[in-house]
Amino acid sequence: MTFQADASFARRDRKPWLARLADAAQPYLYSAPALILIVAVMLVPLTIGISYAFRDIQLLNPFSGGFIGLDHFRELAKDKAFYGALRNTLWWTGASVFLQFIFGLILALLLDKPFTGRGIAQALVFLPWAVPSFLAGLNWAWLFNPVIGPIPHWLYGLGLMSEPGNILSDPNHAMWGPIVANVWWGIPFFAITLLAALQAIPRDLYEAAEIDGAGWWQRFGSITLPFLAPTIAITVLLRTVWISNFADLIVVMTGGGPADKTQIVASYIFTQAFKRLDFGYASAVALVLLLLLLAYSLLIILLRQTLLNKD
Amino acid sequence: MRRSLLPLLAHRLAILIYIAFALFPLFWLFKVSVTPNDLLYTEGVRLWPSRTTFEHYGFVLRHSDFPTFFKNSLIVSASTAIVVTIAASLSGYALSRFGFRGKYLIVALMLLTQMFPLVMLVAPIFKILSPIGLTNSLTGLVIVYTAFNVPFATFLMQSFFDGIPKDLEEAAMIDGATQFVAFRQIILPLTLPGIAATLGFVFTATWSELLFALMLINGNAAATFPVGLLTFVSKFSVDFGQMMAAGILALIPAGLFFLLIQRYLVQGLTAGAVKG
Repeated sequence: MTFQADASFARRDRKPWLARLADAAQPYLYSAPALILIVAVMLVPLTIGISYAFRDIQLLNPFSGGFIGLDHFRELAKDKAFYGALRNTLWWTGASVFLQFIFGLILALLLDKPFTGRGIAQALVFLPWAVPSFLAGLNWAWLFNPVIGPIPHWLYGLGLMSEPGNILSDPNHAMWGPIVANVWWGIPFFAITLLAALQAIPRDLYEAAEIDGAGWWQRFGSITLPFLAPTIAITVLLRTVWISNFADLIVVMTGGGPADKTQIVASYIFTQAFKRLDFGYASAVALVLLLLLLAYSLLIILLRQTLLNKD
Repeated sequence: MRRSLLPLLAHRLAILIYIAFALFPLFWLFKVSVTPNDLLYTEGVRLWPSRTTFEHYGFVLRHSDFPTFFKNSLIVSASTAIVVTIAASLSGYALSRFGFRGKYLIVALMLLTQMFPLVMLVAPIFKILSPIGLTNSLTGLVIVYTAFNVPFATFLMQSFFDGIPKDLEEAAMIDGATQFVAFRQIILPLTLPGIAATLGFVFTATWSELLFALMLINGNAAATFPVGLLTFVSKFSVDFGQMMAAGILALIPAGLFFLLIQRYLVQGLTAGAVKG
């Protein structure tokens, strides 16, 4: 084996300079199609979009387009609807990620050991992920609708509601509608990634622990959790960022109402851009959200580094 | 081996509860779609209507633009899935097999694309695509969707390549093959599960995309399924049976695709996608 490897190195050295140049260019050629697409369709528009935050861009106003500096951000600092949306985003993201994670982890643990019918069970519980997000939104909006859906009648039967009403039009509880839909839709993602990480844990560790007399909780705490921790950190990070930006369910189910009680920052941007057609202000709000998410991500990555270095 | 019945029963019961929770909304969608209109309100909360009908499906297929939407979505999703998978195989291979200057810049760039609200891109993309005639066109949608899906697909493909030993292509190269030939003839066939997973993932994601389809497409001729369904919902907001029949129809291709590829997805992630 060593001899063969040496031979290949010798051959590479004897190549003419043109071939060596081709070798050096290889990784760039492989990544070129993906990179060109990303730069042309995402990076360039992102730069233009950021510039909109400092300009007066209103789609229906032909006199707009001028540079206005930080005016949008001054307006934003006084915008009560924005602060409300920020609070709702925290609640929406926190509750969704937490519930998706807990139920996803339990599901992954349930599916970890082989049993008869595991293949079909796994396919069925992961199915919600394949449902288009807007359809998931419509589906749950219908389930919450007392005319056509069963949920209000069940809640009434359980005594949780004084009459079968629509939770989506109740200002105090409306946010639970999109959150439940989001949890239903997002459990599979957590379960899939956590299941993949679980199956990568060496089985002999568990056997050794069992021989040493460790119970289920002990094994979970000292083997499973430490092995899962990096995956959990990165998955929670990605999902938090993703769910904060995820407006589909809210736009479809409540449109931010009633009385802005379910308006999150992402749906607020959507409203500003496509109902008021004020792209400048929408971009300013989006920029603030992007900066907040970047700060949050850096924090989590630092946390993960310290966790990894500890071992 | 210790065998106690109670944990076993609890385990099966928990699995059943998860399956019921996952399937119930879809079951309800189907139930309303086969309920005749005259029973819709009188039997609103019954689990199954006393009579069933497929007339809603017939109406949706014959008297609406849904066959067009279906065709458009199929074209867009399939082309996007294929183009993304080709581009992501190449870039994933580069990230998996080469150490090169700028590699971490590329990874950082791809992570950044997963971070910002895509709403921010709508107006700029519209302004770029409009003068070159790519708004209101399926080609324009394919280009935009391809770029959006390439970063995640790259990471996914990279994890599959990471799971294949390097010796394989080294042996082929010693026998005189160039690295590209080794990649195409030896490594790619071994990553078929990864390719299937990527295809399926991108197909499902594209099939569901609403925002850009809504903004870049005008009118029914080039509308995709999500846009069609949403206009349908706002136009016929009283006919629940027809809406849900359309919903079930929208679900079929993505659902089928997903059932086919979901086990490869777990395999691929096990190979290292989320190990970081």
